Amino acid sequence: MSDDHGVWAYAITAGNDGADLSVLTGVAGATVRAARAAGLIVLVSDVDLAEFGEAALRRNLEDLDWLEGVARAHHAVIEDASRLFPLLPTRLATVYSSDESMAAVLGARREELLAALERVGGRVEWGVKAYAVPEAEPEAPVAAESPASAASAGAARGAGLAYLKRRRAQLSARTESWRAALAAARAVHAHLSAHAVLSRLHAPQSPQLSGDQRPMMLNAAYLLDANQGTGFAAQVSAAADAHPELEVDLTGPWPPYSFTGDDGQAADAGEDPAGTAQDA
Amino acid sequence: MGLARELVPAELPSQRVALVDLLDRVLAGGVVVTGEITLSVADVDLVTISLRALIASVSALAGPAQEEETR
Repeated sequence: MSDDHGVWAYAITAGNDGADLSVLTGVAGATVRAARAAGLIVLVSDVDLAEFGEAALRRNLEDLDWLEGVARAHHAVIEDASRLFPLLPTRLATVYSSDESMAAVLGARREELLAALERVGGRVEWGVKAYAVPEAEPEAPVAAESPASAASAGAARGAGLAYLKRRRAQLSARTESWRAALAAARAVHAHLSAHAVLSRLHAPQSPQLSGDQRPMMLNAAYLLDANQGTGFAAQVSAAADAHPELEVDLTGPWPPYSFTGDDGQAADAGEDPAGTAQDA
Repeated sequence: MGLARELVPAELPSQRVALVDLLDRVLAGGVVVTGEITLSVADVDLVTISLRALIASVSALAGPAQEEETR
Protein backbone atom coordinates (compact mmCIF):
# COMPACT_ATOMS: atom_id res chain seq x y z
CA MET A 1 0.00 0.00 0.00
CA SER A 2 1.33 3.41 -0.82
CA ASP A 3 1.96 5.99 1.85
CA ASP A 4 -1.15 7.95 1.14
CA HIS A 5 -3.58 5.05 1.26
CA GLY A 6 -4.81 2.85 4.07
CA VAL A 7 -6.99 -0.24 4.38
CA TRP A 8 -10.49 0.12 5.82
CA ALA A 9 -11.86 -3.10 7.35
CA TYR A 10 -15.56 -4.01 7.27
CA ALA A 11 -15.73 -7.54 8.50
CA ILE A 12 -13.76 -10.66 9.24
CA THR A 13 -14.75 -14.08 7.99
CA ALA A 14 -13.33 -17.56 7.90
CA GLY A 15 -14.11 -17.87 4.19
CA ASN A 16 -16.13 -15.99 1.62
CA ASP A 17 -17.08 -19.08 -0.38
CA GLY A 18 -15.75 -17.51 -3.51
CA ALA A 19 -18.40 -14.79 -3.41
CA ASP A 20 -17.67 -11.91 -5.75
CA LEU A 21 -17.11 -8.98 -3.44
CA SER A 22 -16.32 -6.49 -6.16
CA VAL A 23 -20.05 -5.86 -6.56
CA LEU A 24 -20.00 -4.27 -3.10
CA THR A 25 -19.32 -0.58 -2.78
CA GLY A 26 -17.72 0.60 0.42
CA VAL A 27 -16.90 3.90 2.07
CA ALA A 28 -16.12 6.77 -0.27
CA GLY A 29 -17.38 4.66 -3.17
CA ALA A 30 -14.41 2.29 -3.00
CA THR A 31 -14.54 -1.27 -4.32
CA VAL A 32 -14.54 -3.98 -1.67
CA ARG A 33 -11.99 -6.79 -1.87
CA ALA A 34 -11.13 -9.86 0.17
CA ALA A 35 -7.75 -9.67 1.87
CA ARG A 36 -6.13 -12.77 3.35
CA ALA A 37 -4.84 -12.17 6.83
CA ALA A 38 -3.52 -14.83 9.21
CA GLY A 39 -5.69 -17.53 7.71
CA LEU A 40 -8.77 -15.33 7.91
CA ILE A 41 -10.38 -13.25 5.21
CA VAL A 42 -11.05 -9.59 5.81
CA LEU A 43 -13.41 -7.51 3.70
CA VAL A 44 -11.57 -4.29 3.05
CA SER A 45 -11.33 -1.37 0.72
CA ASP A 46 -8.50 1.05 0.11
CA VAL A 47 -9.05 4.53 1.49
CA ASP A 48 -7.31 7.83 1.06
CA LEU A 49 -5.54 8.81 4.25
CA ALA A 50 -6.25 12.45 3.53
CA GLU A 51 -9.84 11.59 4.49
CA PHE A 52 -9.41 8.46 6.59
CA GLY A 53 -6.06 8.93 8.31
CA GLU A 54 -5.96 9.42 12.05
CA ALA A 55 -6.04 13.20 12.10
CA ALA A 56 -8.68 13.34 9.37
CA LEU A 57 -10.80 10.74 11.13
CA ARG A 58 -10.74 12.67 14.38
CA ARG A 59 -12.00 15.68 12.54
CA ASN A 60 -14.48 13.88 10.28
CA LEU A 61 -16.06 11.82 13.05
CA GLU A 62 -17.29 15.08 14.51
CA ASP A 63 -19.19 15.82 11.32
CA LEU A 64 -22.63 14.22 11.49
CA ASP A 65 -23.20 14.15 7.75
CA TRP A 66 -19.81 12.59 7.11
CA LEU A 67 -20.35 10.08 9.89
CA GLU A 68 -23.76 9.12 8.57
CA GLY A 69 -22.48 8.55 5.05
CA VAL A 70 -19.59 6.42 6.25
CA ALA A 71 -21.70 4.50 8.77
CA ARG A 72 -24.29 3.67 6.11
CA ALA A 73 -21.64 2.61 3.59
CA HIS A 74 -19.90 0.48 6.23
CA HIS A 75 -23.22 -1.10 7.18
CA ALA A 76 -24.28 -1.74 3.58
CA VAL A 77 -21.17 -3.83 2.93
CA ILE A 78 -21.57 -5.77 6.16
CA GLU A 79 -25.27 -6.36 5.63
CA ASP A 80 -24.92 -7.56 2.04
CA ALA A 81 -21.97 -9.79 2.84
CA SER A 82 -23.64 -11.21 5.94
CA ARG A 83 -26.31 -12.70 3.69
CA LEU A 84 -23.61 -14.70 1.92
CA PHE A 85 -21.42 -16.03 4.74
CA PRO A 86 -20.94 -15.73 8.50
CA LEU A 87 -18.89 -12.72 9.48
CA LEU A 88 -17.76 -10.55 12.36
CA PRO A 89 -18.37 -6.87 11.68
CA THR A 90 -15.45 -4.66 12.62
CA ARG A 91 -16.02 -1.47 14.50
CA LEU A 92 -16.41 1.67 12.43
CA ALA A 93 -13.15 3.40 11.54
CA THR A 94 -10.74 0.48 11.76
CA VAL A 95 -7.97 1.46 9.37
CA TYR A 96 -4.65 -0.28 8.76
CA SER A 97 -1.65 1.03 6.91
CA SER A 98 -1.42 -2.11 4.74
CA ASP A 99 -2.70 -5.66 4.32
CA GLU A 100 0.53 -6.87 5.91
CA SER A 101 0.14 -4.85 9.06
CA MET A 102 -3.48 -5.93 9.27
CA ALA A 103 -2.44 -9.56 9.07
CA ALA A 104 0.04 -9.04 11.89
CA VAL A 105 -2.61 -7.52 14.17
CA LEU A 106 -5.21 -10.18 13.36
CA GLY A 107 -2.77 -13.04 13.64
CA ALA A 108 -2.28 -12.35 17.33
CA ARG A 109 -6.00 -12.78 17.93
CA ARG A 110 -6.82 -15.50 15.45
CA GLU A 111 -8.18 -18.10 17.87
CA GLU A 112 -10.41 -15.59 19.62
CA LEU A 113 -11.77 -14.34 16.30
CA LEU A 114 -12.49 -17.85 15.09
CA ALA A 115 -14.36 -18.60 18.30
CA ALA A 116 -16.42 -15.44 17.85
CA LEU A 117 -17.18 -16.41 14.26
CA GLU A 118 -18.32 -19.80 15.45
CA ARG A 119 -20.62 -18.12 17.95
CA VAL A 120 -22.37 -15.82 15.50
CA GLY A 121 -22.47 -18.15 12.50
CA GLY A 122 -26.03 -18.67 11.25
CA ARG A 123 -27.31 -16.12 13.72
CA VAL A 124 -28.63 -12.60 13.55
CA GLU A 125 -29.17 -9.77 15.96
CA TRP A 126 -32.50 -8.19 16.85
CA GLY A 127 -32.84 -4.87 18.59
CA VAL A 128 -35.53 -4.13 21.16
CA LYS A 129 -36.16 -0.68 22.55
CA ALA A 130 -38.75 0.06 25.19
CA TYR A 131 -40.00 3.47 26.22
CA ALA A 132 -42.05 4.55 29.18
CA VAL A 133 -45.50 5.49 27.96
CA PRO A 134 -45.83 9.23 28.48
CA GLU A 135 -48.24 9.48 31.41
CA ALA A 136 -51.45 11.33 30.82
CA GLU A 137 -50.87 14.48 32.85
CA PRO A 138 -53.89 14.78 35.14
CA GLU A 139 -53.90 18.48 34.48
CA ALA A 140 -56.43 20.51 36.42
CA PRO A 141 -58.50 22.94 34.37
CA VAL A 142 -56.31 25.79 33.25
CA ALA A 143 -58.66 28.36 34.68
CA ALA A 144 -57.97 27.18 38.20
CA GLU A 145 -54.40 28.38 38.08
CA SER A 146 -54.91 31.44 35.98
CA PRO A 147 -53.92 34.54 37.93
CA ALA A 148 -56.87 36.36 36.39
CA SER A 149 -59.22 34.13 38.32
CA ALA A 150 -57.68 35.08 41.64
CA ALA A 151 -59.73 37.92 43.06
CA SER A 152 -57.35 38.71 45.91
CA ALA A 153 -53.80 38.14 47.03
CA GLY A 154 -55.03 35.56 49.47
CA ALA A 155 -56.83 33.64 46.76
CA ALA A 156 -53.72 33.89 44.58
CA ARG A 157 -51.63 32.42 47.36
CA GLY A 158 -54.16 29.66 47.83
CA ALA A 159 -54.02 28.93 44.13
CA GLY A 160 -50.23 28.94 44.27
CA LEU A 161 -50.18 26.41 47.08
CA ALA A 162 -52.71 24.28 45.29
CA TYR A 163 -50.55 24.42 42.20
CA LEU A 164 -47.44 23.38 44.09
CA LYS A 165 -49.31 20.55 45.72
CA ARG A 166 -50.65 19.36 42.41
CA ARG A 167 -47.22 19.68 40.83
CA ARG A 168 -45.68 17.62 43.59
CA ALA A 169 -48.32 14.96 43.09
CA GLN A 170 -47.60 14.96 39.37
CA LEU A 171 -43.87 14.54 39.92
CA SER A 172 -44.43 11.75 42.36
CA ALA A 173 -46.80 10.05 39.95
CA ARG A 174 -44.17 10.39 37.24
CA THR A 175 -41.48 8.88 39.46
CA GLU A 176 -43.86 6.06 40.21
CA SER A 177 -44.70 5.42 36.58
CA TRP A 178 -41.01 5.49 35.60
CA ARG A 179 -40.27 3.01 38.34
CA ALA A 180 -43.04 0.75 37.05
CA ALA A 181 -41.78 1.13 33.48
CA LEU A 182 -38.23 0.27 34.53
CA ALA A 183 -39.43 -2.81 36.37
CA ALA A 184 -41.40 -3.80 33.28
CA ALA A 185 -38.34 -3.25 31.09
CA ARG A 186 -36.31 -5.52 33.36
CA ALA A 187 -38.97 -8.19 33.09
CA VAL A 188 -39.14 -7.89 29.30
CA HIS A 189 -35.37 -8.10 29.02
CA ALA A 190 -35.20 -11.16 31.26
CA HIS A 191 -37.97 -12.80 29.26
CA LEU A 192 -36.40 -12.07 25.88
CA SER A 193 -32.92 -13.02 27.08
CA ALA A 194 -34.27 -16.43 27.97
CA HIS A 195 -35.32 -16.88 24.33
CA ALA A 196 -32.03 -15.64 22.89
CA VAL A 197 -28.62 -17.23 22.50
CA LEU A 198 -27.03 -14.09 23.94
CA SER A 199 -28.16 -10.63 24.91
CA ARG A 200 -26.48 -7.31 25.32
CA LEU A 201 -27.56 -3.95 26.70
CA HIS A 202 -26.74 -0.77 24.86
CA ALA A 203 -26.79 2.61 26.55
CA PRO A 204 -30.13 4.40 26.26
CA GLN A 205 -30.22 6.53 23.14
CA SER A 206 -29.89 10.25 23.35
CA PRO A 207 -33.22 12.01 22.72
CA GLN A 208 -31.29 14.68 20.80
CA LEU A 209 -29.93 12.09 18.41
CA SER A 210 -33.04 9.94 18.10
CA GLY A 211 -35.52 12.80 18.09
CA ASP A 212 -37.66 10.72 20.43
CA GLN A 213 -38.50 12.40 23.72
CA ARG A 214 -40.00 9.37 25.43
CA PRO A 215 -37.83 8.08 28.29
CA MET A 216 -35.97 5.02 27.02
CA MET A 217 -36.12 2.18 29.52
CA LEU A 218 -34.47 -0.56 27.47
CA ASN A 219 -32.07 -0.60 24.53
CA ALA A 220 -31.04 -4.20 24.04
CA ALA A 221 -29.74 -6.54 21.39
CA TYR A 222 -30.46 -10.25 21.20
CA LEU A 223 -28.60 -12.89 19.22
CA LEU A 224 -30.89 -15.49 17.65
CA ASP A 225 -30.66 -18.31 15.17
CA ALA A 226 -31.54 -16.91 11.77
CA ASN A 227 -34.75 -18.92 11.57
CA GLN A 228 -36.00 -17.80 14.99
CA GLY A 229 -37.00 -14.30 13.91
CA THR A 230 -40.72 -14.94 13.66
CA GLY A 231 -40.90 -16.62 17.03
CA PHE A 232 -38.86 -13.87 18.63
CA ALA A 233 -41.06 -11.14 17.16
CA ALA A 234 -44.06 -12.94 18.63
CA GLN A 235 -42.32 -12.97 22.02
CA VAL A 236 -41.67 -9.26 21.75
CA SER A 237 -45.31 -8.60 20.86
CA ALA A 238 -46.51 -10.72 23.74
CA ALA A 239 -44.18 -8.96 26.16
CA ALA A 240 -45.36 -5.60 24.89
CA ASP A 241 -49.00 -6.61 25.32
CA ALA A 242 -48.28 -7.79 28.84
CA HIS A 243 -46.73 -4.44 29.77
CA PRO A 244 -48.97 -1.57 28.74
CA GLU A 245 -46.69 0.80 30.67
CA LEU A 246 -44.12 0.34 27.89
CA GLU A 247 -43.99 1.09 24.20
CA VAL A 248 -41.80 -1.48 22.50
CA ASP A 249 -39.92 -1.19 19.25
CA LEU A 250 -38.30 -4.08 17.37
CA THR A 251 -35.51 -3.60 14.81
CA GLY A 252 -33.67 -6.12 12.71
CA PRO A 253 -32.48 -8.49 11.66
CA TRP A 254 -29.03 -6.96 12.03
CA PRO A 255 -25.65 -8.49 11.34
CA PRO A 256 -24.27 -9.54 14.74
CA TYR A 257 -22.62 -6.21 15.60
CA SER A 258 -23.31 -6.48 19.29
CA PHE A 259 -21.95 -9.99 19.71
CA THR A 260 -18.43 -9.86 18.38
CA GLY A 261 -17.11 -10.66 21.82
CA ASP A 262 -15.31 -7.47 22.76
CA ASP A 263 -15.73 -5.56 25.98
CA GLY A 264 -17.39 -8.48 27.72
CA GLN A 265 -20.38 -7.37 25.72
CA ALA A 266 -21.92 -10.79 25.37
CA ALA A 267 -21.85 -11.53 29.05
CA ASP A 268 -24.48 -9.28 30.53
CA ALA A 269 -27.22 -10.87 32.53
CA GLY A 270 -29.56 -7.94 32.34
CA GLU A 271 -29.15 -6.41 35.73
CA ASP A 272 -29.86 -2.89 34.60
CA PRO A 273 -31.80 -2.57 31.35
CA ALA A 274 -31.96 1.20 31.41
CA GLY A 275 -28.21 1.44 31.73
CA THR A 276 -28.46 3.68 34.73
CA ALA A 277 -25.54 1.96 36.39
CA GLN A 278 -22.08 3.40 35.80
CA ASP A 279 -21.22 0.89 33.14
CA ALA A 280 -21.58 3.10 30.11
CA MET B 1 -47.84 -2.34 22.31
CA GLY B 2 -48.18 -0.58 19.06
CA LEU B 3 -45.20 -0.96 16.83
CA ALA B 4 -44.01 -4.41 17.71
CA ARG B 5 -47.36 -5.97 17.04
CA GLU B 6 -47.34 -4.87 13.43
CA LEU B 7 -43.82 -5.94 12.67
CA VAL B 8 -43.20 -8.58 10.11
CA PRO B 9 -39.90 -10.12 11.08
CA ALA B 10 -37.03 -11.13 8.85
CA GLU B 11 -36.59 -10.76 5.15
CA LEU B 12 -37.67 -7.17 5.27
CA PRO B 13 -36.08 -5.51 2.30
CA SER B 14 -32.95 -3.64 3.17
CA GLN B 15 -34.89 -0.63 4.30
CA ARG B 16 -33.20 2.45 5.64
CA VAL B 17 -32.33 1.89 9.25
CA ALA B 18 -32.51 4.73 11.73
CA LEU B 19 -29.15 6.42 12.09
CA VAL B 20 -29.30 6.31 15.87
CA ASP B 21 -29.81 2.52 15.87
CA LEU B 22 -26.99 2.12 13.39
CA LEU B 23 -24.60 4.23 15.45
CA ASP B 24 -25.35 2.11 18.53
CA ARG B 25 -23.99 -0.81 16.58
CA VAL B 26 -21.14 0.51 14.47
CA LEU B 27 -19.70 2.67 17.24
CA ALA B 28 -20.32 0.47 20.28
CA GLY B 29 -20.41 -2.93 18.56
CA GLY B 30 -18.18 -4.64 16.07
CA VAL B 31 -14.93 -6.32 16.82
CA VAL B 32 -12.07 -4.02 17.70
CA VAL B 33 -8.86 -5.30 16.18
CA THR B 34 -6.86 -2.20 16.60
CA GLY B 35 -5.19 -0.80 13.55
CA GLU B 36 -2.20 1.48 13.81
CA ILE B 37 -3.96 4.51 12.52
CA THR B 38 -7.14 4.22 14.50
CA LEU B 39 -5.43 3.22 17.70
CA SER B 40 -7.50 5.70 19.63
CA VAL B 41 -10.33 6.30 17.22
CA ALA B 42 -11.69 2.85 17.90
CA ASP B 43 -11.42 3.68 21.57
CA VAL B 44 -14.65 4.15 23.42
CA ASP B 45 -13.36 7.41 24.84
CA LEU B 46 -13.03 9.10 21.53
CA VAL B 47 -16.35 7.72 20.38
CA THR B 48 -17.93 9.25 23.45
CA ILE B 49 -16.32 12.56 22.67
CA SER B 50 -17.47 12.33 19.10
CA LEU B 51 -21.01 11.61 20.16
CA ARG B 52 -20.98 14.61 22.42
CA ALA B 53 -20.01 16.75 19.49
CA LEU B 54 -22.58 14.95 17.41
CA ILE B 55 -25.35 15.77 19.77
CA ALA B 56 -24.30 19.37 19.70
CA SER B 57 -24.44 19.38 15.92
CA VAL B 58 -27.79 17.62 15.91
CA SER B 59 -29.19 20.20 18.27
CA ALA B 60 -28.09 22.84 15.85
CA LEU B 61 -30.27 21.34 13.15
CA ALA B 62 -33.80 22.58 12.88
CA GLY B 63 -35.48 19.20 12.70
CA PRO B 64 -33.50 16.60 14.60
CA ALA B 65 -33.57 12.96 13.54
CA GLN B 66 -36.21 13.37 10.84
CA GLU B 67 -33.43 14.72 8.69
CA GLU B 68 -31.97 11.31 8.19
CA GLU B 69 -34.97 9.99 6.31
CA THR B 70 -34.80 12.56 3.59
CA ARG B 71 -31.54 11.72 1.91
